[in-house]
Amino acid sequence: MTTVQQPATRSADDIRGDFPILSRLVHGKPLVYLDSTASSQKPVAVIEAMSQYYETTHANVHRGVYEISEEATAKMERARVKVARFINARQSKQVIFTRNTTESINLVAYSWGYANIKAGDLIVLTGMEHHSNLVPWQMLAQRAGARLEFVPVTDDGLLQLDVYEQLLQQQPRLVAFTHMSNVLGTVNPAQEMIAQAHAAGALVLLDAAQSVPHMPVDVQALDVDFLCFSAHKMLGPTGIGVLYGKRDLLEAMPPFMGGGDMIRTVGLRESTWNDLPWKFEAGTPAIAEAIGLGAAVDYLNAIGMENARQHEQNITAYAMEQVQQVPGLIIYGPGAARRGGVISFTLGDIHPHDLASILDQEVGVAIRAGHHCAQPLMERFGLAATARASFYVYTITDDVDMLVKGLHKALEIFKL
Amino acid sequence: MSMDYREYILDHYRNPRNYGTLAHPNAHAEDSNPLCGDQLAIDLLIEEDLVKEVRFQGRGCAISQAAASMLSEMIEGKSVEEVVQLGKDDVLDSLGIPISPARTKCAFLSLRVLHRSLALAGLEKPIDNDEEDQ
Repeated sequence: MTTVQQPATRSADDIRGDFPILSRLVHGKPLVYLDSTASSQKPVAVIEAMSQYYETTHANVHRGVYEISEEATAKMERARVKVARFINARQSKQVIFTRNTTESINLVAYSWGYANIKAGDLIVLTGMEHHSNLVPWQMLAQRAGARLEFVPVTDDGLLQLDVYEQLLQQQPRLVAFTHMSNVLGTVNPAQEMIAQAHAAGALVLLDAAQSVPHMPVDVQALDVDFLCFSAHKMLGPTGIGVLYGKRDLLEAMPPFMGGGDMIRTVGLRESTWNDLPWKFEAGTPAIAEAIGLGAAVDYLNAIGMENARQHEQNITAYAMEQVQQVPGLIIYGPGAARRGGVISFTLGDIHPHDLASILDQEVGVAIRAGHHCAQPLMERFGLAATARASFYVYTITDDVDMLVKGLHKALEIFKL
Repeated sequence: MSMDYREYILDHYRNPRNYGTLAHPNAHAEDSNPLCGDQLAIDLLIEEDLVKEVRFQGRGCAISQAAASMLSEMIEGKSVEEVVQLGKDDVLDSLGIPISPARTKCAFLSLRVLHRSLALAGLEKPIDNDEEDQ
């Protein structure tokens, strides 16, 4: 057994220097970016890897016999290997490039789902899913005549695991849940939940859009069947995401989309499929984006995911302590120890949109306001919307202090 | 562009005028802003080509709810012909503050619902939704 060597800790102050956007002004004030849960900012290393590719290497992949096409193919496939190692996949062919988490989940719902889910089958989800891990299963269930059941959320924003165990007794075919809530920040006990699902004979899809960017994730240790995440939330570009799957499952699944690159032979009336992972990658892929994702993985590895997680826990604990002191402010979700770097809150009778506008204009703080693509969860807490601040490796305590200053400014404007 | 939450806007937000529903409206419409979840419903009682009574109900930010409250005051007692003519500039004039581009949907939600209610009642031409895409 090898021990994982954590790199020397870099301070967030130091890390910030790698992110050009963090030195720009908004409304004449330095940008304070607290919306990394929606999308993270990009370090120079990622931006340069992509522009360098376009400047020196661009050509279509997997078909050219000339130098630059071979180089482009090698670069893209190297990125796949980096991603595979990052999540500890056994083989890089288990890493399928998609557009984003949403497409990864849809791929499983269409390909595995339509082949395996039959009338009366049960799919277990939770009450804290992002619309992207809810709507594809609703569409599948409606078409196949399957049932959906939901693990409820407690007042503290945790999953009600006793109900989960009861639902497993009904022998679901699939359990799909989020590793970390994009609204409450709750980190769910994925390893235990996956083991329980397997014991009940169910497969598990883990929505790792919020976990892979922020903490060590090991697909073999988790023993997860499918894992989905997006590059743009982990310092990489938009337009590329990942589906990881167990090899025997991926081999048995029919293609999701048909077209070039995913075929072995094509006749007028029928075709045969390419090997993994290309069977699921029809058409010209997002080559520069794959390379950018590879650079993002290198960058995160240099920071160390344990260090990233530790930094975000520290900043979240600090932020919860500070914002809680603002009169009339309510935080939703669990304590700092059980959450990632996300805080959803409301302030008095100030609508979250007004709050976000005031923070933007008065102190240059970018937060999210709305239902965060999780309307059922909002309804669970009787809310139409919340304000949400979220943190990443480049967040510093000064950012939190500016948020608090803005919240006081909002109280003043709303005469509270 | 700095938005300025004037006192009268907060007053309309916290004490909306004409809030509620009508027992027997003869024009009604509702809509929501899918991005932010703001909701708005408008009831009108139209008699002899005049807006005799108006009520609205909704939830959302100060801009959307104050705009609806002000619009309700603006149309009460007006002729249908005058109400049909109301446009975005009238809403901006009554709000009296600059509205940042990201918030124009909030400001115009009630105007859109008002015109839709008249269109559904056959009192004006249905609005072209493409107009929202500028």
